[in-house]
Order: sequence, then C-alpha cells, then structure tokens
Amino acid sequence: MTTRATATAETVAAAGGSAAGGSAAGGSAAGGASIETHELRKEFGRIVALAGLTMTVPRGEVFGFLGPNGAGKTTAVKLLLGLSRPTTGEGLVLGAPLGDVAARRHVGYLPELFRYQGWMTAREVLALHCELAGLPRADWQPEIRAAIDLVGLADRADGRTGTYSKGMQQRLGLAVALLGRPNLVVLDEPTSALDPVGRQDVRRIIGALRDRGATVFLNSHLLTEVERVCDRVAIVDHGRVVSELTMAELGLERGVSVRVTGLDGVGRDLAAGYGPTRVDGEWLHVDGIAEADVPALVGRLVAGGGAIHAVVPTHHSLEERFMALLGAPSEPAAGIEPAADGPADATPPSTSDEARP
Amino acid sequence: MRSVAAIAIIARLTLREAVRRRLLWALAGLTVVIVTLTWWAFSRIADASPITGPVEMLGISQVTVMLAFMFSFVLAMTAVFAGSPAIGPEIESGLLLAMLARPIRRSDVLLGRWFGLASVLVVYALVAGYLELGAVDLATGYVPSDALTAPWYLAGEALVLLTLAVVLSTRIASVAGGALAVVAYGLAWMAGVMGGVGEAFNNDVLRGAGTFSRLVLPSDVLWRGTAGALTPPESILTAGGIADASLYKFSPFSGAVPSLEWLAWCIFWVVAMLGLGVFLLRRREL
Repeated sequence: MTTRATATAETVAAAGGSAAGGSAAGGSAAGGASIETHELRKEFGRIVALAGLTMTVPRGEVFGFLGPNGAGKTTAVKLLLGLSRPTTGEGLVLGAPLGDVAARRHVGYLPELFRYQGWMTAREVLALHCELAGLPRADWQPEIRAAIDLVGLADRADGRTGTYSKGMQQRLGLAVALLGRPNLVVLDEPTSALDPVGRQDVRRIIGALRDRGATVFLNSHLLTEVERVCDRVAIVDHGRVVSELTMAELGLERGVSVRVTGLDGVGRDLAAGYGPTRVDGEWLHVDGIAEADVPALVGRLVAGGGAIHAVVPTHHSLEERFMALLGAPSEPAAGIEPAADGPADATPPSTSDEARP
Repeated sequence: MRSVAAIAIIARLTLREAVRRRLLWALAGLTVVIVTLTWWAFSRIADASPITGPVEMLGISQVTVMLAFMFSFVLAMTAVFAGSPAIGPEIESGLLLAMLARPIRRSDVLLGRWFGLASVLVVYALVAGYLELGAVDLATGYVPSDALTAPWYLAGEALVLLTLAVVLSTRIASVAGGALAVVAYGLAWMAGVMGGVGEAFNNDVLRGAGTFSRLVLPSDVLWRGTAGALTPPESILTAGGIADASLYKFSPFSGAVPSLEWLAWCIFWVVAMLGLGVFLLRRREL
C-alpha cells in the first residue's frame, strides 16, 4: 500500500457520482428498513446453517452482524444477496424480496472470499462492475477515479490485479462495493487481510457511508472493529439471532481503574459519587465515570491521602458482552479476536459484570 | 433486454480474456504452422503420385479426411479445455460471488461464457479449416465435394463438445469434467464407427448403437458430416467405378452429409444442454 486512503462523506458521495439510485428498489426503503428477514432457514443436507434468522436492519445505520465461526453469518449474507436460496423463511432487501435482481443495482458487496480477474487491471475490474451494475457510461470514469482514491489504490490502479497482495485485493473489493452509490453496502469480513492502517481506512469509509445515509451491513468477528463503527449489532449463534441491540443498549460504558495506596480502605467512599465502585487489592475501579471527571476523582483521592500509581481507562468491551450473551466464559474464544483496547503494560484486573451494582 | 446486455458483457469479457491470455495468438500461430506443414506434405504426395484419376482423388480425399480428423481432435480438445473451467473454478475461487451480486442472473453468466468461447472456437475452426483446404487445393488441386460446408461441421462439432464441457463445469471439478468430456467424445466417435459398420453390413444392433450414441452426444453426426463433405464429388467416384458405397462406409474416415433432421437434433441438443446447465447452475450453492 503506497497511498494513504482518505475518506470523507464527500468522497464517498463522489464514488457514487451522479448515479444515485432512483428505482423502486432503491427508494422503497427510504425511512424504513434496509433489510428485514423472518425466520430465514438454510439447510445443507442434514446440516442446518441457519436455523431461523429474524432481524431488522434500519436504513442509514451501520449494522454489525456478529457471531462465532460457523454461526451462519456468511450463509445469511449470501441469502440476503440472492447468492443462495433459503430453505424456508422470507425477507426483504431494500423493499424487494430476497434474490430480486433489480434491487441488486443498489447493493454493494465485498465478499469474504474476494478475488477478481487476475489478468485485468484494477481500473478494468471497476469498469466491468460499472457495466454489470448498469451505470451510465458517462459516470464510469468519475466513479472509478473516486473509488480508487478512496481505497488508496491510485498508485497501482493500472497494474494487473493478479500481482496484488491480499490486502490490495481487499481494497479493490471495497472499491468495487462502493461503485454506483449503493444504498446498502454489505461487507463480509472487510478487514481480514488489511494492516492496521487499512483497518483505520475502512472505519473511515464506513463512517462516511453512514454520513451520506447508506446502510452498512458489517459481517465480522473482529469485535474491536464492530465496536468502533457500528450503531447496532445482532449477535447470532447456531443460526439464530440471540440478541439485537444498539451499542448503547449493549452497555459498553467506560470507566477508570486507579492503582492507589495509603487510603486505608476509604477510597471506595471517596469515589462513590462518580459511579459504581469496586476495590480489588490496590486497584479501585469506577464504572460509568465521565472522562472529564477523572482528574477530579484523582484529585479527591490525593486529597484524601492516597498515593496514585496508575490511572487506566477501562470499559466493558463488546467482547465481554458478546461472551456473556453467548453464555461463554469471558476468555478469548476460538474464532473471536479479543478487543485490542487498553494498555499493554499496565493491565488492571478485568472489569466484570459482577462489579456492577 | 437487460439479460441480453448482461450476456453480451460476459461474452465480451470472455473474449477479452482469450485475447489477453494469448489464447487467440497461440491458435493463430499453430494454424500458420499446421497450414504450412499441410501444404508441404500434400505437395510431396502430389509430387510422388500425381492426381490423374478418381482412384488417386479418393486416395487424396482420405488423406484430407484424416487431416480433418486430426484437426477435429485438436478442436475438440480446445473446446473441452476452454469449456471445462468456465464456471466451476470461478465459483470456487470466489470470482463469481462479486459478479453475481450485481443485477445479473446466473443464466447470463453461463450463456455469456458459452457465447464468448463459442465465438473463439467457430472463428478458429472456420479460418483454420478454410486455410487447410486451401493449402490442399494449392498443393494437389483437390477440391472436395462440399469444401464450403466442411469447416462449419467442424465448428459445430466443437460447439457440441464445448457445450458438454460447460454444462459439466457447473457441477463437476474442471479436471474431472474435462476428462469426462474427452472420454465421451472418444466413445461417441467409436460408437459412430460401429454404427457405420452396422450400416455397411446391415446389422441392426450396431446401427442402433450408432444412432443411440449420436442421439446422446451428436458430435459424431457432425464429424461424419465433415468427412462426407470432404469426399470427392459423387460423379467422379461413379465415373471411376468406385460406386460401392456400403464398403466405403466401413472406413472410420468415411462419412455422410447429415440429414436436416440430424442437424436439427444437433441444434436442439445444444439448446437443451445449455438449459440443463442453467438449471444446474441455478441450483448450485455458491
């Protein structure tokens, strides 16, 4: 990757050029849900990949679709895009039944298994998808230019994609998904091959898509990514939604852990006004404290005779909530990447639900 | 209308791939080499045994048919190797996932791939076929009874095998599908020879086996059409006293211009098989 991608609402809008969707499929979802499914079920022989998916994805939101490996996430994505047929159940995407060909004009898709014609250049791949999407030919060049700039492929846009690294191919896939100003962008593990800079770019692009009113359906098991960009998440397990909540409802409130000595057991009383507290050895945990109140809390502890050794921001991570909802112990589980937040060298004892009042 | 446009997009993509991957250049280069060798070899034959009568003409026609058989084999292999990876590997690699999420149908992809590859094969068969016959004419002066039609039969035979390979590629791995198509082609040719023997000796069982085989895979119908079109004109054979057609049919390189019914069956077979391919691809999990 040689060019840093920059994404703003304007550039994402430009990636759509003047090809804004105006058909029934594009417009019918206005003000309603981008995706609605009812008891979608998919069986492969005796294997039940999806047991009964019922969910609603509101228009204009970034929707995280979470679950452990084998939960049925990619199967669900394929059903939504008409790449697979449900065994039973029904659903609407942009107001059209699942599999509706015309509705796909307004959908951008980055597959988990992304690969493009290795003998073509990135520009040619994008031109092919402009044509497949039915965009007016006059819009192709501005669309392609904007998409290439957006994902940071400008320096390699005329190279054969067969020579691209996986990360570059994924960037190209993202550019393909953004063509034609889609009302719904489905991203299936969009950062799986990207470095940290690339992940940040993807977050920025997703934010810009939300700013222009597009719905983003983010299928991922990278909880940190989801936590940072999503408005709402559905957690699936064994082919069913076990929880569908906004991020606020998930209770990912922040707190602070202070390593303090010399208070002779009164630290908890001193911090009581700032939120629920818990003492664990020399660590004093305060949940739900506003970031602006942390200096005042520290000042109060010092005034009370305490010696401050460390002040560490903490929060209940999505991972903790995720594991709790799945009924699993809050340890990094197979297939789930732990949240990357928090200091590496001054880790306080973990904040748990039990500390909450 | 939208579907026609989508098929055209995929067909053009397939043609561009053939050009970009140098398939067309390779075929053009091979054609030049083969045509040159053909002219050289037939010139030597004509020098050694000048074509002065019907017997020599029948002899040179049999060499021409043998040449056409080798060319038909090359065409069949080209069709199978081009057709067997047409769909399956593109699904397995994920290439089709992003494309099928666009407003196109699976049938558009299959038919577009078929039309693109069919265009390459037909152009190759016609150009190379006419050049070969031209080289034979130049070297020996021999002009078959239906030189204009013969390359079209060859092209048709290639299309039958391309269709089989593309349909197999919707469900079977490309190597296995390609092997199956080659074996089927060989079996159909052998069954056609058996059918010819049945006709020569008036044996209903062998004749029936040949007919059944041609119904299942009509590549032999078109091969026999090629061979029939490359024989000397009937009037010359009759004038030369070579009128025993039943013995002639015994030769593996004998042939007969197919009836309209058989040609209609070939077209129906291709259309029906493409329909089967669309059905199979629609039901395949991606």
